[in-house]
Amino acid sequence: MIGPNGGGKSTLLKLMLGLLEPTRGSLSLFGKPAEEARKQIGYVPQAVRFDPLFPITAIDIVLMGRLDRHRFGFYSRKCRETALQALAEVGLEEFANRPFSDLSGGQRQRVLIARALACEPELLLLDEPTANIDLSVEEQFIETLALLKEKMTILMVTHDLDLISEIGDSVLCVNHRVHRHSLPLSGETIREIYSGVRRVEHDRRARHVHGDHSACEHD
Amino acid sequence: MEITPPVSMTEFFDAVQNIPLIRYALLAGIVSSLTFGVVGSFVVTRRIGYIAAAIAHSILGGIGAAIYFSRVYDIPWLTPMIGAVIAALLSALVIGWVSLRAGEREDTIIGAIWAFGMASGLLFIHYAPGKAVSLESFIFGNILLTSRSDVIATVTLGAIILVLVGLFYHKLVAVCFDEEFARLRGVSSDAYYLLLLAITAISMVLMVRVAGIILSLALLVLPAATASRFSRKLWVIILVSIGLTFVYNTGGLALSFELDVPTGPFIVLVASLVYGLSFALKRLVR
Repeated sequence: MIGPNGGGKSTLLKLMLGLLEPTRGSLSLFGKPAEEARKQIGYVPQAVRFDPLFPITAIDIVLMGRLDRHRFGFYSRKCRETALQALAEVGLEEFANRPFSDLSGGQRQRVLIARALACEPELLLLDEPTANIDLSVEEQFIETLALLKEKMTILMVTHDLDLISEIGDSVLCVNHRVHRHSLPLSGETIREIYSGVRRVEHDRRARHVHGDHSACEHD
Repeated sequence: MEITPPVSMTEFFDAVQNIPLIRYALLAGIVSSLTFGVVGSFVVTRRIGYIAAAIAHSILGGIGAAIYFSRVYDIPWLTPMIGAVIAALLSALVIGWVSLRAGEREDTIIGAIWAFGMASGLLFIHYAPGKAVSLESFIFGNILLTSRSDVIATVTLGAIILVLVGLFYHKLVAVCFDEEFARLRGVSSDAYYLLLLAITAISMVLMVRVAGIILSLALLVLPAATASRFSRKLWVIILVSIGLTFVYNTGGLALSFELDVPTGPFIVLVASLVYGLSFALKRLVR
């Protein structure tokens, strides 16, 4: 999911999670209202949002993915196994008992993915996962996503066009309206979208003008 | 010139055996270190120390109102303790509701409740008939004024807090760390945040008995702040805070008794010094 800032990407994401109510119309996921479909969705927010001093270990964060199956007291052994497995899936099983604050930006992001995986989701929603990761880590990250893609649908908000062309299947352009494009995008289309994004970011008055995607091939 | 003898503990132990007041104070100190260690760790972790401070100050309003109404309308069960609990819970709910719903700036409402509590308390006490009320023990605390019913209240309220935190530990942690994600997993984040504030409020009531309105925040926050300089695991921080609070409460009581200094300020002074030393110690460890 790409689009200019203020174009509605985050709003759409929150609508899908049932954190916002649509003012008009309705939204359904898996044939259900968003709030009921939550159980099937794993959500990965941006890692920078978190208090870096919060005293918590990686495994305890991942276990939060099992909260809906937890009433009170300790987590069950099955929950712990699922959480450890989720950490293994993102390659961080050795970091289970490390404090969140000791981890690098890329590792923190992967812990949050593991937390979403612990929900055993059918749809994985990621909010700008590579925003604060350096390039060397990004490759590893793409590998993780490519593996997960075989098992579930992944929807990702990003500004990273390399990431899209590497593992994406289709692109949603969100700028007050939603357009869907199939991949691979032609070089020209990429340039059009990209320059459109840039222009809108730099000139907010032009935001509405650049809502048109005449250069894109819609399906 | 007089030579002061070396401090001995025997006098204190004699007092514990023979004076019920000292026994109550010691018992309240031991039991409350469990509660304060747990709650203080959450308060430091979730960064709501300033909310706890506002609640502490609002308690004076409750105490004042309880004294005034119980004397004017002759309501014997309306003790200062009950007034304090009601005022603390009300303030916690108002602050919580404002920060969750009303869209007013949180620090503004905290400041308002802080001052409103003090002002209403002072006025109620001023107009209360009967013998004059000494403000000093409320403002600076006096663990030596702990009565039998205070000990019962401390143990009861402490037990309620510990059971609640024990049952909902993981949900409270999750809501503190990421309330949005917790909500997506079916946890009613708002309710748990209010629960945390309510637990904090009740702790502040117990705390005010020991250290008074002004100093109580330090006693709640400093042990957890010291502990979190050395660990990044919440349960470790909780255990260390309990230990530190226990040492401060009992050691502070004993030493202040031996040295004949006011207990609350003495305890808080030691806690602050240890917190300060923890910076130096951490450098040494590295």
